[in-house]
Amino acid sequence: MKVIKEAIAGTLESSDLLVKVAPSDRGTRDVVIRSEVIKQFGKQIRRVVTDTLDKLSVSGGSIVVEDKGALDCVIRARVQAAVLRACEANQLEWERLS
Amino acid sequence: MKLRRSMLFVPGDNGAMLSTSFVYNPDSVMFDLEDAVSPREKDSARLMVYQALQHPAYRDIETVVRINGVDTPFWQEDLEAAVRGGADIVRLPKTETAQEIQELETHVARIEKACGRAVGDTKLMAAIESASGVVNAVAIARASPRMVAIAMAGFDYLVDMHTRRSAGWEPELFYARAAVLHAARAAHIDAFDVVYGNVNDDEGFLREVQIAKQLGFNGKSLIHPKQIDLLHKAYAPTEAEVSHAKRVLAAADEAHRKGLGVVSLDGKMVDPPVIHEAEMALQMAEAA
Repeated sequence: MKVIKEAIAGTLESSDLLVKVAPSDRGTRDVVIRSEVIKQFGKQIRRVVTDTLDKLSVSGGSIVVEDKGALDCVIRARVQAAVLRACEANQLEWERLS
Repeated sequence: MKLRRSMLFVPGDNGAMLSTSFVYNPDSVMFDLEDAVSPREKDSARLMVYQALQHPAYRDIETVVRINGVDTPFWQEDLEAAVRGGADIVRLPKTETAQEIQELETHVARIEKACGRAVGDTKLMAAIESASGVVNAVAIARASPRMVAIAMAGFDYLVDMHTRRSAGWEPELFYARAAVLHAARAAHIDAFDVVYGNVNDDEGFLREVQIAKQLGFNGKSLIHPKQIDLLHKAYAPTEAEVSHAKRVLAAADEAHRKGLGVVSLDGKMVDPPVIHEAEMALQMAEAA
């Protein structure tokens, strides 16, 4: 999927996260993760974010995640929502979202 | 028999509640994609619910998804998220006719086939929120073999009826409650009473619970976790009722062993309805 505009999804409330997605001039995929629990769960959060982006075939774009202690399922959903908004994807391919 | 005393509303776009609602042990969790979610967040909430449904924490709890009404542009995508996510039940708000349930069922079956779920696995329930819905409640309750429950929703109904909530015995809801409950019983499905909106008024909540329980509702839709324990305790049988239920079942067992058709206990006949009531009382006591 191609990121064509800036988009956000989520909140900065506890147990949630805010995901910002934007096109990248360099054409690379740059993921920045900030979390209150980065020491304990940083690897796990990055794994979920990367896996979600891979399934959506996002190869380029800036993805910034501000995590407030969200569960994996919430992280996955917010990343998906931000990417789909940034790609203006109106038709969902559910097989890519599981 | 599946106990359905408490159905807890969980806003579909609330990360904290999606992450914690299972710890309160309601009989059913209802992820809401309708009124609790603003139109611009429907897409994100749909994905949140889709993902939460697959979380292991919800594996052992009945999950319900309230989709948007069939008069909105949202309901079909909501349905995809609910059925593909594995929801046990889809709740249709503002149901007014049996045809709406039948249309919903057609789409549910289509999605089940597309995603590999067994056709018929997803159950349905209808919320009645208007005079038309109340008048058609029997047809709605019987509209599909997938129907497992029908719920009364008070706010929209009272607006439709040109009245408002009162305290006390609530005459404004009496006819609708009785009609919806009769429809459920005639269709052999469960019935949920309205939500009680003032979460700081335990006394008022318990008063309304007693009305619902006495009328015969299985339980209530709830908007706050603190109402779950209050409701379960109110629905729990007393020690005397538990003791009586045990004696009824013991008498029935003895009659069965002796090959007797009926038996009496304290001068009263113990027949199948009495045995069923005793079994339900013990189930309620165990769950409380």
